[in-house]
Amino acid sequence: MILTRRHLLLGATATLAGCDRLGRNEAVREALFSAENFHRWAQRSLMARDALAQEFRPDQISPIFRANGTANPNTPAYKALWRSGFADWRLPVTGLVARPLSLSLAQLQAMPHRTQITRHDCVEGWSAIGKWRGVPLKSILEAAGLSDRARYLVFRCADDMGGGRSYYESIDRLDAFHPQTILAYALNDRPLTVANGAPLRLRVERQLGYKQAKYLMGIEAVATLDGIGKGKGGFWEDYAGYDWYAGI
Amino acid sequence: MDSQTPKKATGTVKRHRLSTRLWHWLNAALLYTLFTSGLGIFNAHPRLYWGQYGANFDAAWLELDRFPGWLTLPALYNLAMSRHWHLTAAPIFAFALLFYMLWSLANRHIVRDLAFRRDDLAPRHIWQDIKDHARLRFPTGDAALRYNVLQKASYIGVIFILLPLIILTGLTMAPGMNAAWPWLVDLFGGRQSARSLHFIAAFALVAFFLVHILMVLLAGPVNEVRSMITGRYLVPEERP
Repeated sequence: MILTRRHLLLGATATLAGCDRLGRNEAVREALFSAENFHRWAQRSLMARDALAQEFRPDQISPIFRANGTANPNTPAYKALWRSGFADWRLPVTGLVARPLSLSLAQLQAMPHRTQITRHDCVEGWSAIGKWRGVPLKSILEAAGLSDRARYLVFRCADDMGGGRSYYESIDRLDAFHPQTILAYALNDRPLTVANGAPLRLRVERQLGYKQAKYLMGIEAVATLDGIGKGKGGFWEDYAGYDWYAGI
Repeated sequence: MDSQTPKKATGTVKRHRLSTRLWHWLNAALLYTLFTSGLGIFNAHPRLYWGQYGANFDAAWLELDRFPGWLTLPALYNLAMSRHWHLTAAPIFAFALLFYMLWSLANRHIVRDLAFRRDDLAPRHIWQDIKDHARLRFPTGDAALRYNVLQKASYIGVIFILLPLIILTGLTMAPGMNAAWPWLVDLFGGRQSARSLHFIAAFALVAFFLVHILMVLLAGPVNEVRSMITGRYLVPEERP
């Protein structure tokens, strides 16, 4: 039997086409999408609840911190906020809380903060190291009196992803109360630029970049992700099939 | 390979254990899935770096075009689906390797068949083996039922170095694993170094695969493939 390059190419293409077809089968898709649950379970079994993501020295910071995703929300509402230096911007904290809050940037900046030099890992494969300063989410949730019924925190963003759909993300209580989970207003000792999510973005350091929601416009505590967007817990989860648990 | 073979091996003998045969074909399917979906993931950012960080403004040691659709899973660029395939196959592959290692320790496959013997490592013996390979003089009779020194070296290298390396560098890229096992990042000198090593290890496995296929084709594909499916192997007759 003589195997030519052409045969090999045809074979490879046919096998991959078979895999593609498998990937469209509902049962196979369900199996492939459920690997996320295994990884979440395995990683959380292996790590302490408050195990910290690595922190770095100042000399390890990326010379340029790459901005990705929306570079500027550019909506009339966002532009108006930006023109006033975000003086009129407020962060509502609502949902399953005893005391709903509406925080200004000045109020957030007056709260005890945490500074951390961490690595941002994009789902695409690149990494950038930056120094973030912000308010631990835990202290905001404690101030708002988070209900025991709340299982997830949903982050609403200013960027319009087309068709009137805004970016959003969500995390569970475990990550919400993690010491490195902060609402960051500064990167590398400067106020957040528009490209990096001004005026405020989420940092949830044990997960990938798409969880680090930019342009925060509100936080809502909920018992379930059903009924929010398409129910998968985030914009890319809803529309691109990304995993909700992005620890891998 | 079974050691309970008669002194002068002739006819068909039982060659490969069930554990080896199962693992071999499981690996064939998984490595194929992992490689093609891995290329799909790589296409999202076809640049490689050394160190802790690396993005578009940083110096890449390798920058490629995207791999073509006939090599990637899925064929049309879809990072989410490539990741689903890759991250589903990866843990099965990792645990299968672990299980195979334990099973091969228990049934003495490693000690009996894979470990180098004292005379394997004599320079004269190694040189002879290299010459035999270069002349495509494949072993016959009893010798065909033992792994030769180059075979042992490549199997040991793949099972105990390359495969663990590709699993550990894969884990190192996971931010959750960095929090769980920070020593992994230190071991490989940073997440981007781990990503580069993962890529290099993948292509080292491709090189192993190509040589492996070539050797099977040259040594008698029907007999070799049958021995990996049913375990039965027709011993090549001794040269006169």
